[in-house]
Amino acid sequence: MVGITSYGAYIPLQRINRKIIFNATGWSASATSLPGEKAVANYDEDSVTMAVAASIDCLTDIDRNKVGGLYFATTTPPYRERQSAGIIATALDLRPDVRAADFTDTVKAGTQALLAACDAVKAGSEKNIVVCASDCRLGRPGSAQEVIFGEGGAALMVGDTDVIATLEGSYTLTYDFSDQWRADGEKFNRIWEDRWVRDEGYTKFIPEAINGLLKKYKLTIKDFAKVIIPCVYLREHQGIAKALQLDEKQVQKEMLTTVGDTGTANSLMMLVAALEDAKPGDKILVTSYGNGSDAMFFQVTEHIEKARNRRGIKKHLASRKDLANYERYSSFRDVIPMEAGFRGEVGPTRLTLAWRERKVILALCGARCKHCGTPQYPYQRVCVNPKCGKIDEMEPYRFSDKKAKLFSYTADSLAYSVSPPEMYGVLDFEGGGRYAFNITDCEMNSLAVDMLMEMSFRRKYVDNVRGIHGYFWKAVPPRA
Amino acid sequence: MAPGIKDKVAIIGMGCTRFGERWDMGPEDLMVDAFKEALEDAKIEKKDIQAAWQGGPEFVAVSLGDSACPLAETLKLPYIPVTRVENMCASGSEAFRAACYAVAAGACDIAMALGVEKLKDTGYGGLPEFSHYSTIGTKNRIIGANQTAPGMFAMLATRYFMRYGISPQDGKKMLAAVSAKSHHNGALNPKAHLRREVTIEQIVNAPIVAWPLGLFDCCGVSDGSAAAIVCRADMAKQFRSDPVYVKSLQIAATSGAEQMYTDYDYTHVETTTRASERAYAEAGIKNPRDEISMSEVHDCFSITEAVTMEDLQFSPRGKVMDDIMSGRFNLDGAQPCQPDGGLKCFGHPIGASGIRMIYEMYKQLQGKADKRQLKNPKYGLTHNLGGIPYRSVVSIIIVGH
Repeated sequence: MVGITSYGAYIPLQRINRKIIFNATGWSASATSLPGEKAVANYDEDSVTMAVAASIDCLTDIDRNKVGGLYFATTTPPYRERQSAGIIATALDLRPDVRAADFTDTVKAGTQALLAACDAVKAGSEKNIVVCASDCRLGRPGSAQEVIFGEGGAALMVGDTDVIATLEGSYTLTYDFSDQWRADGEKFNRIWEDRWVRDEGYTKFIPEAINGLLKKYKLTIKDFAKVIIPCVYLREHQGIAKALQLDEKQVQKEMLTTVGDTGTANSLMMLVAALEDAKPGDKILVTSYGNGSDAMFFQVTEHIEKARNRRGIKKHLASRKDLANYERYSSFRDVIPMEAGFRGEVGPTRLTLAWRERKVILALCGARCKHCGTPQYPYQRVCVNPKCGKIDEMEPYRFSDKKAKLFSYTADSLAYSVSPPEMYGVLDFEGGGRYAFNITDCEMNSLAVDMLMEMSFRRKYVDNVRGIHGYFWKAVPPRA
Repeated sequence: MAPGIKDKVAIIGMGCTRFGERWDMGPEDLMVDAFKEALEDAKIEKKDIQAAWQGGPEFVAVSLGDSACPLAETLKLPYIPVTRVENMCASGSEAFRAACYAVAAGACDIAMALGVEKLKDTGYGGLPEFSHYSTIGTKNRIIGANQTAPGMFAMLATRYFMRYGISPQDGKKMLAAVSAKSHHNGALNPKAHLRREVTIEQIVNAPIVAWPLGLFDCCGVSDGSAAAIVCRADMAKQFRSDPVYVKSLQIAATSGAEQMYTDYDYTHVETTTRASERAYAEAGIKNPRDEISMSEVHDCFSITEAVTMEDLQFSPRGKVMDDIMSGRFNLDGAQPCQPDGGLKCFGHPIGASGIRMIYEMYKQLQGKADKRQLKNPKYGLTHNLGGIPYRSVVSIIIVGH
């Protein structure tokens, strides 16, 4: 039996109400009437960091040494050449002999990565592949995409033991339907006429994929407890369901009005939401959209009960903060390029050092003294405990999954930040170890000495002169 | 225990430029000015100097960069041994220490230490971004928090207030009293950069730089240079009747424990505590609160001065507020601190500050401090802190009659 063995998700903390976007840009184009809000990645988040966060959620209670592969789906990788899955695998502190791959260039890549993982496990090539998907697509100010696109990530582990939802079948359509595109080097998505995209794209391909799957496996739509339809048009979302004669309770709730269209992650996030409510025996039909469509058919098992302690979609949705300022939102992705000043300039990154210290930097690994037991970050060869001081008695020790108490802190208006003031503090980790980190996803006045923090993988800096994204860990208040 | 430096070396000449935004002067000009004053003060000639040490500059390199050439070339020193030393903000004190040790060792009879910094060529308000210079280290740039000096010291205040149950309002008032006192002294000093009295109210209500520190909790950003000429103690009276003697030279560098080990309390600076304990032992001082007449400490931020008073044993732990509010460290108090205005009013040209502090102690001991003159000072202490509270190098120098 091959299928999903664990799930996780990530939705960034901040949400912008679409009325705020409309108030800022509506004078230019009465873009869309899509209601609700969308999730906005913070300035220090991107597809890679959100995929790490979703994967950490997915790996709750799972020994990371058992992970055999990491597939990452995105249309917004930070690098044109440098594997994002490799960055994610390193940040997760996975073994180096994992099979890592990026799936990209279409928002259908999320389900394609999931299918590929299922096939690899079924073929016996790998066990325990984490499939993560995340996107940070940009619409030009005043465009419909700016309103529709949201940001978030999902992660699913695929394996053949203790499966919580077995893959029972799939059906794939590939069409070079060029409704939405972004050429090499472009920042914003382009789209052909809305009505054509809606009528010839979404409302045809998704039903065609579903009907293809039903026919292939001699099923009827009534067999499914939940059907996932990732349509970005609210009315057509209902229209497709109606045309397929789905009951209301069979339709997985859309996430457009709460999160937005998260690209490659869209279908997988809805799948995670469906799994959160699923009962053993439920059949779930997942479809994706993008240059065609994938349909996948899962059956939920009794093991689902073991995977309930995830933040998933529900807890991340409930943990939210309003972003009330369109200009601030636009500055996060440099859509409005703000003055950074001298302090915003970035010095060179020594890539030799970044490689040598990859466990320290990307995996937040330090050392623990085998003699006195003191955890210490970064990795030390000479024990920092003044009463010990042993040399070369260390074992690796991972801090990224440890909670910490905020020992002291400040909010600094002098330090450069895209979203000032820059906050930082000294963390004392549970189990020992201390280090000073930047703090993100909160306000200065919510901080207090001794409050609980956890670690979050973030983009610390972008060196635009040399084309380098610097990733590291920051402290955040726990989301749930 | 080693016999130490006490009374082996004397200061016979000092120079110090006016500190400030010296837009019209390069670092070379500043060095020449400090040197000229020191030479004239010592009443010696350049050829009498047998070795020299240069402290700084930390940020904007002069002529051949991080070497001794800037000092040697600028002053046209005649092929004598010249060395540049570097210990962050304590570099000036480090240069002084090296010159004193050379004389005490018998390697030379007369040596010079000169510190210089031209911060206003960096284009920044505040210290420059560390990551643009070698000062932070290539690994730190990636794994260190994106932080500035005011923020790193502000974390001392956050924890200090919490530990001793001081409300942010009362804490800010205590810190404001530290700065107001220094502004008062600086206003009396023609060489200071900031020469205006500032009220407690102005200080408390100023814009926040790094919570809880506001604008007036931070020292100025300045250019400047200072120089000291030292000789063997037994020769000193040949040059002047009122030489000032070195009683102690100590530094302490972090062991890494404050940064990475959870024992450190963030309400003091361990290196100040350790260096001052050794300095008192070297100078034979039993009760610093009573015996040290005056001090110039590293008040890069008001909170730094406050905790330093406790680290130096001038005030009991957790009790500095009482001494600050009662005026103990004021010019007319029992133990004046920053009689020249401190970093607060001089600003902090990194390489120059340590020697500038000694300059004020030297002038006070000679009775030449003009409107700031203290009555019969016996021992003067300088405290020069390089780095940040949890990764620091501290120099303590004690001078006296």
